Amino acid sequence: MEIKNVPCPFCGSLCDDIIVNVENNEIKSVKNGCGISITKFMKHHVNAVKSPMLKKEGNLVDVSIDEAIDKAAEILKNANYPLIFGLSTTECEAQSKALELAELIGATIDQLPSVCHGPSIMALQSVGQTTATLGEIKNRADMVIFWGCNPIEAHPRFFNRYSGAAKGMWSDRSKRYIVTIDMRETSTAKKSDKFIKISHGKDYELISIIRAAIKGQGIPDNVEEITGVKKEDLENLTNRMKNAKYGVVFYGMGLTQSFGKELNTDNAISLVKDLNEWTKFSIIPMLGHYNVAGAVHVWGWQSGYPFSINFALQYPRYNPGEFSATQMLVRKECDAALIVATDPVAHFPNEAARHLAGIPVITIDPKFSLTALISEVVIPCATAGIEAEGTAYRMDGIPLRLKKVVNSEFPPDREILERIIERLKEKMKEQ
Amino acid sequence: MMIIKGGKVYDPINKIDGEIIDIYIENGKVVEEPMNERNNNEDIIIDAKGMIVMPGGVDIHAHIAGPKVTKARVMCPDDHRKDVVRKTKITRSGTGYTIPTTFVTGYRYAKLGYTFVAEAASPPIATRHTHEELNDIPLIDKTAYIVMGSNHFVLDNIKNNNFDGLKNYVGFLLNATKGYAIKIVNPGGVENWKWGKNVNSLDDPVINYGVTPREILQNLAKVRRELNLPHAIHVHCNNLGSPGNFKTTLETIDALKGEPIHITHIQFNSYAGDGWASFASAASEISNKINSCDNVTVDVGQVIFGPATTMTADGPWQHTVYKLSHQNKWANVDAEMETGAGIVPYVFKENNAVNAIQWAIGLEILLLIKDPFKVCLTTDHPNAGPFYYYPNVVEYLMSKKKRDEMLNKINAKAKEKTTLVDLDREYTLQEIATITRAATAKIMGLKNKGHLGIGADADIAIYKFDENNIANSFSSAKYVIKDGKIVVKDGEIVRNHIGRTYYVKVKGEANDEIKEAFANYYSVSFENYAVQDVYVPKKEIIECYKE
Ligand code: SF4
Ligand SMILES: [Zn+2]
Repeated sequence: MEIKNVPCPFCGSLCDDIIVNVENNEIKSVKNGCGISITKFMKHHVNAVKSPMLKKEGNLVDVSIDEAIDKAAEILKNANYPLIFGLSTTECEAQSKALELAELIGATIDQLPSVCHGPSIMALQSVGQTTATLGEIKNRADMVIFWGCNPIEAHPRFFNRYSGAAKGMWSDRSKRYIVTIDMRETSTAKKSDKFIKISHGKDYELISIIRAAIKGQGIPDNVEEITGVKKEDLENLTNRMKNAKYGVVFYGMGLTQSFGKELNTDNAISLVKDLNEWTKFSIIPMLGHYNVAGAVHVWGWQSGYPFSINFALQYPRYNPGEFSATQMLVRKECDAALIVATDPVAHFPNEAARHLAGIPVITIDPKFSLTALISEVVIPCATAGIEAEGTAYRMDGIPLRLKKVVNSEFPPDREILERIIERLKEKMKEQ
Repeated sequence: MMIIKGGKVYDPINKIDGEIIDIYIENGKVVEEPMNERNNNEDIIIDAKGMIVMPGGVDIHAHIAGPKVTKARVMCPDDHRKDVVRKTKITRSGTGYTIPTTFVTGYRYAKLGYTFVAEAASPPIATRHTHEELNDIPLIDKTAYIVMGSNHFVLDNIKNNNFDGLKNYVGFLLNATKGYAIKIVNPGGVENWKWGKNVNSLDDPVINYGVTPREILQNLAKVRRELNLPHAIHVHCNNLGSPGNFKTTLETIDALKGEPIHITHIQFNSYAGDGWASFASAASEISNKINSCDNVTVDVGQVIFGPATTMTADGPWQHTVYKLSHQNKWANVDAEMETGAGIVPYVFKENNAVNAIQWAIGLEILLLIKDPFKVCLTTDHPNAGPFYYYPNVVEYLMSKKKRDEMLNKINAKAKEKTTLVDLDREYTLQEIATITRAATAKIMGLKNKGHLGIGADADIAIYKFDENNIANSFSSAKYVIKDGKIVVKDGEIVRNHIGRTYYVKVKGEANDEIKEAFANYYSVSFENYAVQDVYVPKKEIIECYKE
């Protein structure tokens, strides 16, 4: 059976034209997807957790799902300062249930931006953002700037489908001037009309010089010394920016995680705001995980905040840093953790992972991870977008309905979270 | 059965004006008084003696759900910190202030006695998002208007003189988005803004299409009549916010040649003067026009002093607000093929001349329009202020003394540049019931809302009214009944309830042209565009045609 128009749940591009061929509940082939997509679809069952498990005498042993849920509820009930983390790669209803759970137990809840695109959102909170949906870029953009991002590798179809080479209503590759600004000549740079090599950590300086130049101040003669960029390249760039009919800046972790972090994004957004005095310009962060935007939205409309939210006072509080998962773990603050659809033991700094290994951890994940190995409770689930339906928000905020293409013997994240909530409420009453 | 006994009932649609009448409720509806004396222990009796009883409030225009509302929430943590809401045994936690979270939005509307709210502007491509949020707004019923005034297919069909194509597309779009009404925001201007431009008159052409705001308005008004939609075209006029724009507003009305139109937050479109220095009220000109014609209804968009968050599809105007507001935050979003949006936090200041005049203009309009069925109370929440300040506006309308106190306190230009000081009219309770529920429901074509006749939805607000404390009387209802159940008692939420989402079913479906444009110019597949049924778990469908 051929299932068409499947949204791909693997990167922020959320390409929604994947064709998946399924026979006997098994994915046989995948069309239209990039390499990442095909591998992930085809191998979704590899390394899967086969049964709910509890740690007994140091070993993870198979148990019933009821027993696992009961234990999960028990751990969360007894915790004084629990952490809920992950959720950027599951669907919105699970994100919603996780927030409800956090509220119920007074937990801190956080998602991946606190380690990748948090600075983008914090910049939004200080200066706003002029942006557009990806279709608008394909239809209108005659100038595209990739700053500190390499979509050809991280979002393989992004360049052809939405941005660089996309053919739209009023623009296409021939009408588009493409610039890549990066520390090294990436594969995206090679496909661009111009590559501007910037010295390490000099983004803030370069943006500031461009902003001044656009407002009519001269470019300093020693600009190359400061930023590594030739003066004439900058003159050319600022000219083209002001004269573009519709420009866009895509940026990635090269900007958000290099020296300056949210100050860089702040400055980049301000540059784009300035440009709107002359022409039309937008800026879009290249979110990596496919549903970071989903949690930003769902938690945004339910609590007012996008990540790093704490419910200890029975109402939502927001403070990146204080309520960021990594820092909380490094400071050894939390005494239990629920991890959904991510692997912090593999990706967090050592000290954070070490604290996690010393506290009771519940992991909900279809696959084995390093985090699962250190967990007290492991609950396998149906993978959102492959084995379960749901909603996901593309990097530009467009919501799409994820499809279920094969069945799983396990319930989806949202249902597991819902059952933990119910069990917890029962336990709270029993007291 | 539930019986509301002994209350003074205000039901303008059924011409009941403060009579003491008992109301009988069964299965979520208002029913006839039973023939026989009842003696049933299971009956719930609400003693409303000394209280006033009104149909549940109906808000015709507020921004409560969807992409721009949540972008504003995420963008403004500073807005929430001063207004936090704890969880209770029954209710969820959340935050305010100008942009309350979804749960808090539902609770606060219910406490005011409101039971139906229309989200005023949903971008079609993101309306799935709007529905997700509407589902997270408890207690009240809700619906969404779909923004169309700069939509590619609308512009393209008008350009090609293809009225049937236009009509079919609008039908398709309303069905696909599960929306309720045609919303038009700065017709043509939103498309031009995508190239950094705007339109400044009804006859300025849209770039690349050559069609004019006048043609957009006329064609969509005709489409709306032929599709038999319950609500008129819902229009945010061109030149909103600019001095002298009342002329554009009058021209807009004339351009409609008698076709029904609802002009929203008309306060922002009732300005005289030719610059900020000569900024003045044109409320008289606007109100005279509305008094003299039968095809126009309006809501006011009353300014509330204090913080607001402005958000609208009118991107070019938001860019102007950003520059006027002298602060640092501005968001703009261009939504492919369809529309756009802008967001800017703003503070309406009592000592600012323009803000003070704006405040007075809203009240002038409410007082100068003679027929209360033509004008609705709104603050264009959260553009001119949060919705939960409605009771304060009610107080200004009912008490000349109260509004003069305020008028004397604010920038003196408000007296000089408006006629407010000369207006002696004071609203009656019946008139208040009209502009907050009866008129709004009637204008939206909601047959079972806004009144308490037999068969009406049992959505009812009961207030303890104190004429010396009008604002407080309305800010927290004694009882609110939703679908026949008590959800608010003594101003507290006592029950969880999820209301319905209203949407129309009309004639119109995707043809090859529409599908081809999707394949070429959208970034999502046509097959993934329409809002699936799972997004409307509780619904009320208004059928606009018979097969
Ligand atoms: S670019 Fe991203 S969303 Fe598109 S197919 Fe590849 S992994 Fe999937
Ligand atoms: Zn509005």
